[in-house]
Amino acid sequence: MNKVFKYGDNVDTDVIIPARYLTASDDATLKAHCMEDIDADFSKTVSAGDFIVGGQNFGCGSSREHAPLAIKASGITAVIAKSFARIFFRNSINIGLPLIENVQLADGISAGDALTVDFENGLVKNLTTGKTYDIPPAPLFLKKIIAAGGLLNTIDKNKG
Amino acid sequence: MSMTITQKIIAAHAGVNAVKPGELLSVRVDLVLANDVTAPVSINELRKAGLSGVFDKDKIALVLDHFTPNKDIKSAANSKYVREFACENCITHFYEGGEAGVEHALLPEKGLAAPGEIIIGADSHTCTYGALGAFSTGMGSTDIAYATVTGKTWLKVPEAVKVTLKGKRLPRFVTGKDVMLTLIKILSVDGALYKSLEFSGDIAALSVDDRFTVANMAIECGAKNAVFPTDKITLAYLNGRRVARGFTVYEPDDDAVYAREITIDLKSLEPIVAFPHLPDNGKTFSEFGNVKIDQVVIGSCTNGRISDMRQAAEILKDRKVAKGVRAIIIPATPEVYKQCLSEGLMQIFADAGCIISAPTCGPCLGGHMGILAAGERAVSTTNRNFVGRMGDPASEVYLASPYVAAASAVTGKISHPSELLK
Repeated sequence: MNKVFKYGDNVDTDVIIPARYLTASDDATLKAHCMEDIDADFSKTVSAGDFIVGGQNFGCGSSREHAPLAIKASGITAVIAKSFARIFFRNSINIGLPLIENVQLADGISAGDALTVDFENGLVKNLTTGKTYDIPPAPLFLKKIIAAGGLLNTIDKNKG
Repeated sequence: MSMTITQKIIAAHAGVNAVKPGELLSVRVDLVLANDVTAPVSINELRKAGLSGVFDKDKIALVLDHFTPNKDIKSAANSKYVREFACENCITHFYEGGEAGVEHALLPEKGLAAPGEIIIGADSHTCTYGALGAFSTGMGSTDIAYATVTGKTWLKVPEAVKVTLKGKRLPRFVTGKDVMLTLIKILSVDGALYKSLEFSGDIAALSVDDRFTVANMAIECGAKNAVFPTDKITLAYLNGRRVARGFTVYEPDDDAVYAREITIDLKSLEPIVAFPHLPDNGKTFSEFGNVKIDQVVIGSCTNGRISDMRQAAEILKDRKVAKGVRAIIIPATPEVYKQCLSEGLMQIFADAGCIISAPTCGPCLGGHMGILAAGERAVSTTNRNFVGRMGDPASEVYLASPYVAAASAVTGKISHPSELLK
């Protein structure tokens, strides 16, 4: 069963992946040190399909793309938060890490809850509480980037 | 049309007459920036996508400034990787070694930022160039890879927060850093999330260096960008930098709409220190007691310019750094370094017992040149005091102006400059 890692407001990119590891950008190194400075056990206990739940302003601080890359490399299905810092938001879309911005949802999840996400129909279900939440649909402009599999894959199409 | 400065710049670069907040648009960019931490990821993404070539070799800046002079083998390999890319693509504005400086101090010096331009960089403090009336903002490596090839990026048109400054001049020992730490305290670290900060009112009270410091930290309240109107002070700076290319000065419409308006009375301001572990945790000196420190850092893209060095030297002249305190001075660029030499500031720093570093971002992000051990405290003129930012997760960073940092170096505790100087 997937797990939820729950954190508070203003989780910054320095704690998601500390600068001392920024000389690397490979999945193995980034995964090994993801969340290290606020949750030393994260990399040991995370498994594919888990979720991170944050509060306001998740991903604030540095523009390092290593931060969403580290979370993606850890196998996280999606990051759910009340709000996201804007550079982290862009970076996540660009590399294909799903983000869900929803205050009620973030408030309605506790550490250890089990979740299922249905991206197709825009629904998150908290299996522990039995509650269901809507995921706000992405604007068409961003859907095109996501559908292309990332920003760089849109380049050739634009030339035509 | 009811547009802010930022909205007008975005409209012009999208090729439309008007834009509205929330609209998503593709815009052309005037300059694309990356450094030795973010450029390698960009270059990797380009190679993986099978893309080569750049949109304009004169409109890309690559600056090796974060882990340089390279701190270890991996960072040296990253620098080499960027150097090879710059060489292959004949990048005009590639800076390394003795030509490199902290990117956001270096590029304006080189005349690479001007009013009305759009500048994007793979570094969150790219918002600095709003000091000169540009729209500039930080992005990630993939965004920068895309812009490197296409000369374009996508933007969501931001709402604006209007910040009106009132007062002819800043009080003694109050600097742009204090203006911005006060504003961030008012707004909180996400108070301007997705929005632009638009300054107005008595901006003449702030020097260009003060404006750079203010715009630099816009990201610390979540803002997308900060922008100052262009005035005589801006134009004098640009003339001094021989910015000869044409640029467009934008002013906000009288009926521009703002999501929030804040007025700052400059004469009411005092030196302020942001306590761990968020930049909005500002306290003035009456709000705290004795805080003993182990290290002082004076430098960075926030406060490593010549006026910052002069403020530090004013305090440190004929004084000594307290026993047990490491005071690290980092002029942000080779030009600032040389000016410190010619004005005799280096002698003052050396006599005081400071460590003088080559230009680098170094300790600001816990890279090198001054890492903190568990339990250690630093007063730093940099921009972030997050957990573990300068070293061990159990270390602490206190953000302040060069005046406060220098005074603290002398006394060994966080100190108001008036303790030493009238």
